[in-house]
Amino acid sequence: MADIRSAAESVFREESGRIIAGLIRICGSFDRPEEAMQESFAAALASWPIKGIPANPAGWIMTAAHRKLIDAARRERTRLEKQDSLKYETQIAGSASYAQTEEAFMDFPDDRLRLIFTCCHPALNVEAQVALTLRTLGGLSTPEIAKSFLLPEPTLAQRLVRAKRKIQEARIPYEVPPQDRLPERLASVQAVIYLIFNEGYAASSGTELVRNELCAEAIRLGRVLCELLPREAENTGLLALMLLQHSRRDARVLNGELVTLEEQDRSLWDRGAISEGLMLVEKALSLGPAGPYQLQAAVAALHAETANSDDTDWPQIAALYEKLLEMNPSPVIALNHAVAVAMNGRLEAGLNRIEALGRSRQLDRYYLFHAARADLLRRLNQNSDAAAAYQKAAALATNRVEVDFLNRRLRQLKRD
Amino acid sequence: MRYMMLVYSTEGPDGLAGAEAQRIYEGHWKVMEEATRKGVLVGAEPLAPTSTATTVRVQNGEALVTDGPFAETKEHLAGYYIMECENLDEAIEWAVKIPTACQGSEGCIEIRPMRWQSSRAEPEAIAENVASLNG
Repeated sequence: MADIRSAAESVFREESGRIIAGLIRICGSFDRPEEAMQESFAAALASWPIKGIPANPAGWIMTAAHRKLIDAARRERTRLEKQDSLKYETQIAGSASYAQTEEAFMDFPDDRLRLIFTCCHPALNVEAQVALTLRTLGGLSTPEIAKSFLLPEPTLAQRLVRAKRKIQEARIPYEVPPQDRLPERLASVQAVIYLIFNEGYAASSGTELVRNELCAEAIRLGRVLCELLPREAENTGLLALMLLQHSRRDARVLNGELVTLEEQDRSLWDRGAISEGLMLVEKALSLGPAGPYQLQAAVAALHAETANSDDTDWPQIAALYEKLLEMNPSPVIALNHAVAVAMNGRLEAGLNRIEALGRSRQLDRYYLFHAARADLLRRLNQNSDAAAAYQKAAALATNRVEVDFLNRRLRQLKRD
Repeated sequence: MRYMMLVYSTEGPDGLAGAEAQRIYEGHWKVMEEATRKGVLVGAEPLAPTSTATTVRVQNGEALVTDGPFAETKEHLAGYYIMECENLDEAIEWAVKIPTACQGSEGCIEIRPMRWQSSRAEPEAIAENVASLNG
């Protein structure tokens, strides 16, 4: 019966975003649709092993969830605020048949857009945005999300409860933002999706470096965003960036050990993801002036296109980071730029830039700063300074695999 | 639903002065006028500067009265608005128009939903609202 369960899970993953979005539109709250979905999932697990997987699983789920909503409304009738139950009764009264459900639930593309923008509303804190997006759009269960972020389940559950309460109490509207607010609101959505990707790509803690399911989920959300807002170039840029980074997943860890980009076996890179990523980079650039995600995707594309790390087009990469710096003079981007300069045959120049960044103290607690500095010092044979920097980096890194890598570099230095 | 917008500003010890003050007041007047015209303004008041503030605490039945605001912060409560808005986004649009800049520094607006909807806070209405919070 594990088969049925995983079939049910995959249908729910695929469809629940769409279905929940429609349910929220109809009943005007986040809580009840979610409960209804959970109950229909349980009902599917009870019924499908016996009756078989329905011909139209999405339709089955919609009808079941709809029925649960009506039942819940009847049970709560006395307790609901007058406003809510009125809205409820007028829209749902009597429409329990499949055909009527179909109509009520017609896939309004706006529904999922509303859902994404509401989940990623800036009035919610970022952790809440991430949790809510994964729960409603991603269709992940609370235990699944908790596990992905290595958080105790009750913590995650609380986060969701508080987020939904804030939406209700502060009346965060279930709406697509107006045109003039769209740029900043879209940036929030993109940031959440990329955050989810990064959590999977370079897990911030734990013993695994990569959590592929999170990356895959972020990519899926990125596709939905592109589907819903195809003319926003940065959506395509973001998807391209994630696909290109994700293409390297099988080469990044060998026998439990981290392998740097330079040393990776490129034959293990996912060619399908790369060709899609490259195509999307071009498409994004044709849609409009390049934004930060497109630029980062272009950098990733340059790596992806190169069969041999020695042939990497570092001058072009450095130029792209310069453009990125103009848009966003963040110290992390400056760090990446410095590394590109160094790799472009100008190790000393790169190191000087890194030392200048170090003097600003902004990256003191950032382990990758110390790791990058250590790496350049090592290449310049300044071994004792390199060792000190590797030690600092290892002390600040939180993922086991990365810590081990840094310690290995340290041991190699001590042997020389 | 009603929202209170708490206006936080940096200010000098005697509050606003001169041309800066004039600019700020005109900004507030514009917002109040537009909000009134649209029928959403419930109230708005500036507060006298923090140099006029007094803080009261009660400890063991004794009243402890001290000079100044309850905490020394860079930004102080300068005034408030109460507006009737459909949802948070509408409240945010109004908050964006409210001037907070003061002597060159920026302040901010804190938006808080107001829980009790009835305009006259009668005992039964309050009890009902409290009960619905627990529901």
